[in-house]
Amino acid sequence: MSTSEPAADSILSLRGVTKRFGGLLAVDEVSFEVPKGQVFSLIGPNGAGKTTLFNCITGMYTPTAGDVILEGRNISGAKPHRTAQLGIARTFQNIRLFEYMTALDNVKVGCHVRMHAKLWDALFKTPFARREEAAVAEQAREQLRFVGIEQHADNYARNLAYGQQRRLEIARALATQPRLLLLDEPAAGFTPQEKVELMALVQKIIDRGITVFLIEHDMRVVMEVSQRIAVLDHGEKIAEGPPAEVRANRRVIEAYLGKSA
Amino acid sequence: MNGALTRTPAAALRSFRSSQVSTFIGLLILVGALALTIQHVLQQSASYFFQILVIGVADGAIYALIALGYTMVYGIIELINFAHGDVFTLGAFVSLALLPMFGVSEGTSGPGWIIPLLVVAVLTMAICGGINVAIERVAYRPLRHAPRLAPLITAIGMSSILEGAMYLWRGPFNLHYPNLLPQNQLIIRGVAIGYKDLIVVAIAIILVAALTVFINISKLGKAMRATAQDRDAAQLMGININGTIAATFFIGAVLAAAGGIIWGLYINNVTFDLGFETGLIAFTSAVFGGIGNIPGAALGGLLIGVIAAFNNAYFDSSWTEIIIFAILIATLVFRPTGLLGMRVPEK
Amino acid sequence: MRGIRAYVREHARDPNFIAYAAMGIGALIFPAVVQFATGGNGDALVSLAADGGVYVLLAIGLNVVVGFAGLLDLGYAAFFAIGAYTYGMLASEQLISSPLHHAVHIPFWIALFIGLFVAAGAGALLGAPTLRLRGDYLAIVTLGFGEIVPRFFRNMRDWTSGVNGISALDPPSLPGWITGPWVNTSFGWVPNFKFLSFNATAWYVLIVILVTASVFGVNNLYRSRLGRAWMAVREDETAAAAMGVNTVSTKLLAFAIGASFSGFAGAFYGAKLSLVSPDNFTFIISITILSMVVLGGMGNVAGAMVGGLLLYWVLYYFLPNAPQQASGLATSIGMDWLNHAVPNGWPGIAEFINRLKFILFGLILVSIMLLRPQGLLPSRLRAQELHRGVHDEPVKTVA
Repeated sequence: MSTSEPAADSILSLRGVTKRFGGLLAVDEVSFEVPKGQVFSLIGPNGAGKTTLFNCITGMYTPTAGDVILEGRNISGAKPHRTAQLGIARTFQNIRLFEYMTALDNVKVGCHVRMHAKLWDALFKTPFARREEAAVAEQAREQLRFVGIEQHADNYARNLAYGQQRRLEIARALATQPRLLLLDEPAAGFTPQEKVELMALVQKIIDRGITVFLIEHDMRVVMEVSQRIAVLDHGEKIAEGPPAEVRANRRVIEAYLGKSA
Repeated sequence: MNGALTRTPAAALRSFRSSQVSTFIGLLILVGALALTIQHVLQQSASYFFQILVIGVADGAIYALIALGYTMVYGIIELINFAHGDVFTLGAFVSLALLPMFGVSEGTSGPGWIIPLLVVAVLTMAICGGINVAIERVAYRPLRHAPRLAPLITAIGMSSILEGAMYLWRGPFNLHYPNLLPQNQLIIRGVAIGYKDLIVVAIAIILVAALTVFINISKLGKAMRATAQDRDAAQLMGININGTIAATFFIGAVLAAAGGIIWGLYINNVTFDLGFETGLIAFTSAVFGGIGNIPGAALGGLLIGVIAAFNNAYFDSSWTEIIIFAILIATLVFRPTGLLGMRVPEK
Repeated sequence: MRGIRAYVREHARDPNFIAYAAMGIGALIFPAVVQFATGGNGDALVSLAADGGVYVLLAIGLNVVVGFAGLLDLGYAAFFAIGAYTYGMLASEQLISSPLHHAVHIPFWIALFIGLFVAAGAGALLGAPTLRLRGDYLAIVTLGFGEIVPRFFRNMRDWTSGVNGISALDPPSLPGWITGPWVNTSFGWVPNFKFLSFNATAWYVLIVILVTASVFGVNNLYRSRLGRAWMAVREDETAAAAMGVNTVSTKLLAFAIGASFSGFAGAFYGAKLSLVSPDNFTFIISITILSMVVLGGMGNVAGAMVGGLLLYWVLYYFLPNAPQQASGLATSIGMDWLNHAVPNGWPGIAEFINRLKFILFGLILVSIMLLRPQGLLPSRLRAQELHRGVHDEPVKTVA
C-alpha cells in the first residue's frame, strides 16, 4: 500500500480498501487509481467483490479499513447522498428505477441534488421555482435525448423495454452531473447490437468529460472500451493495467479458467 | 447488524460515542428513577411495599399472558396484531356470558364453582381461539404479500370491529365480573398478601411454563419456531405454513382469553374498550422484553406490571400511562431488540 | 374564457378534476342552499360543515405523511392537540393560573401560524430519532406519541386546566365583514367583526379559504422537487439516496409538514369551539382521519378530501340522526317493539344504531384494504402499486 500522493490526474484513489461482513472478507486491501477522463473497468469472476467495492465507493457500505479518495478528498464512509453531491453517480446491477414514475420524473429525481428551490419556493410556486422546474424539465429531456429514449419521456419506467430501462438508469445518473459515473454491468442481457450502442454511449459520456468506471462481464466490451482494467478475484486485486497487459496476465487467466489452464 | 462491527475508525468512534451517550443517558434516567422510587418507598411501611410488589407482579402476570400472543404472532409473520388486546377483552366478555349458564355466580359458597369455571374457561379459550384464527384467515392472510402498511391497517380495522361488536353487545358500561376467588389473605411477617394475587401469578406461571414446554418439545412448536426463523425454508421442509400460522393465532388467543378471565376474576370489572389500553401496555411489555421472544414477553410483562403498580402507589397515577408509552418509544428508538435482545428481523 | 373551456374539456375525464370541481362548486353554494332549504335555520348545518372542513384539512395533512411519503402515523391527533392547546394557551385567560401569572392574548391570525410552527416543530422532534425505524415500528411510536400528548396536556393542570380544558378562547376578529341575505339580513358591512359561535357562515367561509389555500400548497409541493423526492424515497429508498436525495430530511419534512396541517387545523378548531379539552384528541380521532385517507385514496389529495367529507358526514350527521330516524321508522311501520330496550339485552334500535360507529370504522378499513386498497379516488401511482403488492420493504435508512 503506497503512502504517496495520488496521481495528479486520478479522479478516484482506492487505498487498501477492505470490507468485512462478520467472518466473510469480501474486499481485501484493494488499491488502485482511476485516471480522469478515461474508461476504467473492474472485472473478475462472479462473487469477486466488484459490486461490494462499488458500494464502498458510493457509501452504501462503509469500508472496514482503507480509504476512498475522490479528487484528493477522503470520502470513506460518506453516505450515498453525500457522495452523489460530491460527484459520484451510479447505476445498479439489477436496475433500480422508480418503476411507477415516468421516465422524465425518474431523470428529474436525478436533477434533485443540483436544484436549489427551497420549501418556500415549492409551496408558493414562486417565479424562481417555476423557472427552475422548467429548466429541470429541459435538462431531463436533454438527458433522455442523450441516451436516446426521449420519445418515452411520459411512459412509466416499468413499461419500458429492458434496454430502454438500462439507458434510463444511465440518464438518471447523468442528471446528477457527476464527475465519475459508476456503471454496474450495464450490458447485462444486451444483444450484440445493443452492446455496440452502449459502447458508443460510453464514448459520448467520456467526451462530456465524465470519467466512467465500469463493472462488466463481457470481455469484448471491456477490452474494446476501456483504457485501463483492474481484476478482482476473491476480494483481492490480482492485476491492473492496460487491456493488452491484463489479457495476457497469467493469474487473470487462471482466475477465469481455473488453475489447470 | 454486521455493519456495527465493520466501520472505519472515524465512523466507529462517532457511532460508539453516540450509542455510548444514549446508553449513558438511559442509565442516568434509570438510576435517577430508581433513587427517587427508593426514597418514596422508604417513606412508607415495608408491608405496603410488599403489597404493591405483589399487585405489580399479579398485574404483570396478566400483561405477560397477553404479551405472549403479540410476541408469537409478530415472531411468525411480523405483524403487530392490533386486535389481540380485544381478544383479551373478548375472553372476559364471553366467559362473563357463559358463567351464569353453568350456574356460577357471585356468592356461591364453597369451591363447587371450580369445575364449572374450568369448563367455562376451556370453552371461552376455544371460542376466542377460533375467532382469532378466523380473523387471520379473513384479514391477514390475503395481505401476506402486500406492502406492510396494509395488514397493519386491517389489524386496526379488526380491532375496531371487535370493540364495536362488544360495544353493540353490552354497551359502554362497566360490567361487573363475579368475585369468585378467595378473599382471604396470607400474612407473612406482618405483610398481607392476598390469595387472589397468588392464584393469578400461579396460573400465569403454569400457562407460560406449559407454552414453553409446548414450543420446545412438540412437533407443532418446532414448526412454529422454524416458520418464524425462515418461512421459505420451513415450507421446503414440508411444514404446512398456513396451518402453523393459524395454530399460532389460536394459541395466542387462548392465552389472551385466559388473561381476560383472570382479569375479570381479579379486577371484577370489564368494559368493551378495556383491550385497547391493556393491549398497548401488553404490547409495550412484549417490545420491552424483546419482541419475538417468549421469555422476553414474560419478563417484559412482569417489569411493566411492577413499574405501573409502583407508580400508581408511590407517585401520581395520572402519569403511569405516559411513563409506559414513553418506555415503548424509548425501547423502539434506543434498543429495538428489547431487554432479552432477540433478533430484529430486517429484510 | 376560451382558456377555461379548453382546460375543462381536457380534464373532463379526470376523476380528480371532477372531484375538485364538485367540491369547489358545492362549497360555494352550500350555505345558500342550506339556508334556503331550512327556511333560514341552517346555521347548525353550516357550522357542522365548517367542522367538517377541519377534518378535511386534517385528512390532507395526514395524506402527506401516509400517502406521499408512505409513513404510517397512528397518532396524528397529537399534533391536532398541540395546535389547539397552543391556541388555547396563547389566546385566553388560561396562563394566569400558570406559573407565568400573566394571560396572553395573541390575535387569532398570528396564533394560527404559531400553532402551525409549534406542531411542525413537534413533528420534527418526534421524527428525528424515529424515522430510521422500520414502518410498523414507526407506526407504534407514533401511536405512543398520540397517547402521551393529550394525557400530558391533561396532567399539566396549571397550564391547561387539566381535565376541564381551556375555555373562553378569544374569537378571531376582523376590521370588517360583509353580511347579506345568506344570513337573513340585508347587505351590509359589519365593522369590528368577531367570529362568534353563531356566525356559522363566517367560520365556514374561513375554513373554505384555508382548505383551498392548503390544496394549492400541497399540490404545489407534490409537483416540486420535494414531492418527487417523497415519491422516490417511497419507491426505492436506496436508489433515491444514490441519486443524492437526503432520505432522512425528506422524511422529516413530510412528517413536519403533515404535522403543521394538523396544528393549523387545531388552532382553528379550538378557536371555533372556544374550548380545548383532552378528550377531543384521542386515538379514535387519529383512526378516523386515517380511515378518511385510506377510504378516499392514499396519496391523492382529492381522494383524501373526498374520503374526509364522506366519512365526516356519515359520522357526524348520518349516524347521530339515524337513531331517531330509525326509531321513527320502526314506529311508523308498526315495528315499535324494536324501540323498547331490554335491560342487559337489546338496547332499542336508536341506541343500537348509535353504537354502530366502531364497527363501521372497522368494516371500512378492512374492506377497503381487502377489496380496493387504493381507495375510492386512487392516485395513479398507488393504484398500480397496491394492486401488485410488488414493491416496498421499508427498511431503516441506508446504512
